[in-house]
Amino acid sequence: MADPHSRRVTGGQGRMAYLLLLPTLVLLALVVGFPLVLSAWQSLTQSGGDIDPETGIIKQGDTFVGLDNYVEAFTGSGAGAGFWNAFWNTTLFTVVGVSIETVLGVSMALIMARAMRSTGIVRASILVPWAIPTVVSALMWQLIFDANGIFNRVIHYQVLWTTEGWQAKAAVLIADIWKTAPYIGLLTLAGLQTIDDQVYEAAKMDGADRWDTFWRITLPLVRPVLVVAVLFRLLDAMRMFDLPYVLLGRLESGQTLSMLASDAAGKTNYGLASAYSMILFAYICLVAFVFIRVLGADVIGEQNKPARRGGRRRGDGNDGADDGSGGSRRTARRLRTTAEGSMA
Amino acid sequence: MTSASGSASGGRTRSGGTQIRSRTGEVLSPKKIKGGRAGSIVIAIGMAFILVYCLLPFYWMAVSSLRLPSEGRSTELIPNPISLENYVAVFDPDNHFARALANSLVVAGGTTVLVLLLGTFGAYALARLDFAGKVLVMFMIVATSMFPVITLVVPLLKLFSGGFEWWPFNWINSYQAMLLPTMSFALPLAVWNLNAFFRQLPVELEQAAMVDGTTRFGAFWRIILPLAAPGVFTTAIITFIAAWNEFLIALTMVNQPAMQTANVAISKFTGSSQFDTPYGTKMAAGVIVTVPLIILVLVFQRRIIGGLAAGSVK
Repeated sequence: MADPHSRRVTGGQGRMAYLLLLPTLVLLALVVGFPLVLSAWQSLTQSGGDIDPETGIIKQGDTFVGLDNYVEAFTGSGAGAGFWNAFWNTTLFTVVGVSIETVLGVSMALIMARAMRSTGIVRASILVPWAIPTVVSALMWQLIFDANGIFNRVIHYQVLWTTEGWQAKAAVLIADIWKTAPYIGLLTLAGLQTIDDQVYEAAKMDGADRWDTFWRITLPLVRPVLVVAVLFRLLDAMRMFDLPYVLLGRLESGQTLSMLASDAAGKTNYGLASAYSMILFAYICLVAFVFIRVLGADVIGEQNKPARRGGRRRGDGNDGADDGSGGSRRTARRLRTTAEGSMA
Repeated sequence: MTSASGSASGGRTRSGGTQIRSRTGEVLSPKKIKGGRAGSIVIAIGMAFILVYCLLPFYWMAVSSLRLPSEGRSTELIPNPISLENYVAVFDPDNHFARALANSLVVAGGTTVLVLLLGTFGAYALARLDFAGKVLVMFMIVATSMFPVITLVVPLLKLFSGGFEWWPFNWINSYQAMLLPTMSFALPLAVWNLNAFFRQLPVELEQAAMVDGTTRFGAFWRIILPLAAPGVFTTAIITFIAAWNEFLIALTMVNQPAMQTANVAISKFTGSSQFDTPYGTKMAAGVIVTVPLIILVLVFQRRIIGGLAAGSVK
């Protein structure tokens, strides 16, 4: 397996690969790595902050304050007040929103996978919520949730949706679920279509009813796709900004960590704003870590692992003889093209 | 335990469950038809539900944009009379909406072009070449696409507004102040999608070209890239939609109405009438911003679904 010839080929590939990746990596270092470092540093400082009365320009210069901004965020009653409200809002929107989205999305996928006719129209319509800008959907729901709007007319009860309280949180959740459940449905459907019909027929032969089939066959087989889709949705929900900002304005009931940080930055309180955003970043990392470690979310794709063990060499001028490690990769590719083929 | 949709058909299947154990084809086939008939009704209702779920709120926005401006909050299902006045109001010079659309086009279009130019090479390397640290690079790219935008926006706002002595430029109200941070999520998205497309092309194509004496880069440039053109195109659409929908960066980096993107402009509409929320104008603007995307989505529906799925289904 590890003959010197292949290593030489891989070495040459390595140089070319790094060269090809250079623009991507340099740009990511510039637009992600550098601001992240800057943000981490800023979260430990306090801006000059004061406005020069003579010129109206903000005074330059930061002072190092250690962890003061974090302490202020966690315990503060002054500028840092509102952190826990934003933290729990973010958590609520994420946990409740993504849970309902997942159940709805999977249900939609199961329905679409079984439908024989008119899937084209439904497939196109399911992309509509995904394509609408969040800002536009927020305005749309603002009209629907107006005190005299259509939602209240349908439920025959006047709820003041966009005022402080549980109803504002419910409004955010409904609008968010509407936009994202079809997306989960779409990804789950792609996963469902990679499942071989023979598996279902075998289950039927063995006398499994639909409920058993769903829990014992469909769900385990679609799980890898679903776990990744849910993880991506969770991380996306945790950084939510546009929807509550436009739908509710500055209501406390809808304030998320992203909004809190943006608010502080708008007041040129960059130190505190950076601290909020670094806490959010850490929170997101924690959730991603738990998902990848505990639930085994395979974010970069199983097919890369056999490739690393040497299966990839098959593509580098070896005579194309199949060895064992190439087999699983071929299966993976076949599954992928099946998903692709049935949709494209 | 059974769900609402499962109970109608599931009950039938289970009641006949004992018969299946005979393992004869005759018992199975009539049952299959029975279950299928009840099932297909449930499925049809389900499909209708999905259709209504996805389209009804959008229908409401479209309908509300076609009312008279004074009827903004009306809950009539069909506007009477149908009026285009809201669409005229959107382009009131005070709103800078035409300029905002152009700004959105520059930012989203510019981001898409740059990201594809830079990302295609990297995506090919990840899809086809073997090198040390590949898994780490892939992991980093996925991780950056999930990065909270606010963490970039806070220090970049300070940087671009001249908050650091070592940065001599004031980039607030400039295109680059929106373009660069937008690339932070657009580039990983594009690389990831392109990577999935390159993987689907048979390796034998490059092998054949390389046997004929072409270099690997030549094989990529002349064989793979033209064949991957549909994938590149799909990636361009997905990236464009993501960049077009961006809000937080555009909101933060710009405070002049003339430099706002369409999303920011809509969120700040005060409308021609000052005394009431100009729902009609907002809905009309929403329709204008959304309809190009919906046309893109309808025309390239299969490709986009394939692209979204390819990025997630391994």
